[in-house]
Amino acid sequence: MPVHYGSKKLNYFTVASTIASQLPHAVGAAYSLKMDGKDACVVGYFGDGGSSEGDFHAALNFAAVLEAPVIFLCRNNGWAISTPASDQFRSDGVVVKGQAYGVRSIRVDGNDALAMYSAVRSAREMAITEQKPILIEAVTYRVGHHTTSDDSTRYRPLEEIEWWQMARNPLTLYRKWLESNGWWNDEAEAELRSNSRKELLKAIQVAEKIEKPPVGDMFTDVYDAVPSNLFEQEKLLQQTVTRYPQDYPSDVPVRAVPSS
Amino acid sequence: MISAGVGGRQLGGDLAGAAVVVVVIPRRRSRSIQSTAAGEALRCGGGGIKNAWSLQGTRPAILASRSFSSAAKEMTVRDALNSAIDEEMSADPKVFLMGEEVGEYQGAYKITKGLLEKYGPDRVLDTPITEAGFTGIGVGAAYHGLKPIIEFMTFNFSMQAIDHIINSAAKSNYMSAGQISVPIVFRGPNGAAAGVGAQHSQCYASWFASCPGLKVLAPYSSEDARGLMKAAIRDPDPVVFLENELLYGESFPVSAEVLDSSFSLPIGKAKIEREGKDVTITAFSKMVGYALKAAEILSKEGISAEVINLRSIRPLDRATINNSVRKTNRLVTVEEGFPQHGIGAEICASVVEDSFEYLDAAIERIAGADVPMPYAANLERLAVPQVEDIVRAAKRTCYRSSSLAATA
Repeated sequence: MPVHYGSKKLNYFTVASTIASQLPHAVGAAYSLKMDGKDACVVGYFGDGGSSEGDFHAALNFAAVLEAPVIFLCRNNGWAISTPASDQFRSDGVVVKGQAYGVRSIRVDGNDALAMYSAVRSAREMAITEQKPILIEAVTYRVGHHTTSDDSTRYRPLEEIEWWQMARNPLTLYRKWLESNGWWNDEAEAELRSNSRKELLKAIQVAEKIEKPPVGDMFTDVYDAVPSNLFEQEKLLQQTVTRYPQDYPSDVPVRAVPSS
Repeated sequence: MISAGVGGRQLGGDLAGAAVVVVVIPRRRSRSIQSTAAGEALRCGGGGIKNAWSLQGTRPAILASRSFSSAAKEMTVRDALNSAIDEEMSADPKVFLMGEEVGEYQGAYKITKGLLEKYGPDRVLDTPITEAGFTGIGVGAAYHGLKPIIEFMTFNFSMQAIDHIINSAAKSNYMSAGQISVPIVFRGPNGAAAGVGAQHSQCYASWFASCPGLKVLAPYSSEDARGLMKAAIRDPDPVVFLENELLYGESFPVSAEVLDSSFSLPIGKAKIEREGKDVTITAFSKMVGYALKAAEILSKEGISAEVINLRSIRPLDRATINNSVRKTNRLVTVEEGFPQHGIGAEICASVVEDSFEYLDAAIERIAGADVPMPYAANLERLAVPQVEDIVRAAKRTCYRSSSLAATA
């Protein structure tokens, strides 16, 4: 499913559709790191809308009580689909909620890359050395639509979107700062864009050539070991697909996946 | 502690001759003094109650039967659960306990008694009142590699955390393509107790058993409790462990094999508690006891009932159930929970799918009444299955009742 990626190797949990459920998970993982005495902390990302969920409140309260090394990073971009922040909460943003739970909190300009870097770096240091949670509220603006099936001009003025796009665009701000220091120019920009595009096209080519996973993969990983009922169902499906190939996509392999 | 001269109150009858003291015990919840060793420490003073427990550092956390003869030992379900959790925590440092009142209070139902003292506050966590919070935190800790045992004071409160059980625990291994497993156990009392009303009496077996990715267990005896709890803690998948409050105090005989710390029962296997040839009765948890009583009554009337203790609701041991029905040709399913979409419904469907031609009579489902549990004791008794209901149902499948009415 798009955006619901996860990687054990790269240390991030699978993205979930259930909003803010990742925040108690972050505290749990932080507790695990604390028990292991690791020089590490957890960072949990969520939006202004996520701060309304029960899980947000439970997670912050718990993190404070457990003294867990976790950074709660709220991207307050002013919109949850079509719900503006003024309909989401009447508090002074999200930063005061952290304070209410006894979590040290800071509000940062989310469009200022240097400020964000500085804040997160300090937060990480504090979370690990003091074994306490931190809340960072990064104030920004959602310039894009919520998804490709959304047209946000239906619920907000175009001028508002354009203003943020022009005046407070974090990419533009950072680029101007680099250029003013002589570390970047138009040629470097063109070259970066061209290389990125090439890399992307190559990745697409590689991915297109990869064979689709076999149908048996649908039945694995429900549990650690494939249970007998799923093994039976998979066999039945294989027989059906083999008997009526015209009814099934031809590019999905049917070979069996061995049960453990 | 305050020492007083003659005239102070004596502690217990066996302290005749000992120094007379007035002991001021700070008002702590349920810190009952179980043994004379603890009483001894209090009399000796210094450090108050906590020292009493630390003197017991080498004592087992539970006071099981003292008999070491070859006769069968008896053990309560409570002690069975406590000893199983204790042994698994001792064997694996990644196992830890979390829940409301599990530590200082020794557990709302005393299942986790002694564990805080033995393992410390890092491994036995008393939580703020937030099921959603501590369930989510448990899942996050499990994602990272710890093995949490999360206690719900009753499974009715798991409703406040069910998103984490289903969406965060059950589905994670699948959604992450096997990268992120969740070796967590959710345990607590499930189903009806006595006089606790609608919001404390619901059975959640079918709610959780309908969800792929979860395993759902329901022990009956102390052997079940020990074996299934150990299996649940060792299992890499999320397990919902449905206990029963009224069974906690019941004693069952346990063999030496069951008492061994390596003992465990396989998940997904039912147990035939009583063999029979005329009718199969399936049950789980407290209803197993009722089914056995019904079987006893039926045997006096010439009906030999086979009682199956399901032990495992998901995966359901369809093979054992179907083999039994193919032998007896009649089936009565028994559960305490609501009838619609219940465990009996699933068993019925399974038998109809796999053993239809073996049935000599329609399947009977005995379940709780389709109403929120009444508080009034007389109504509560009518709202849950009784032994007589099971006996009558078995007779109906044998065409031994005079009318087809459910009350016959």
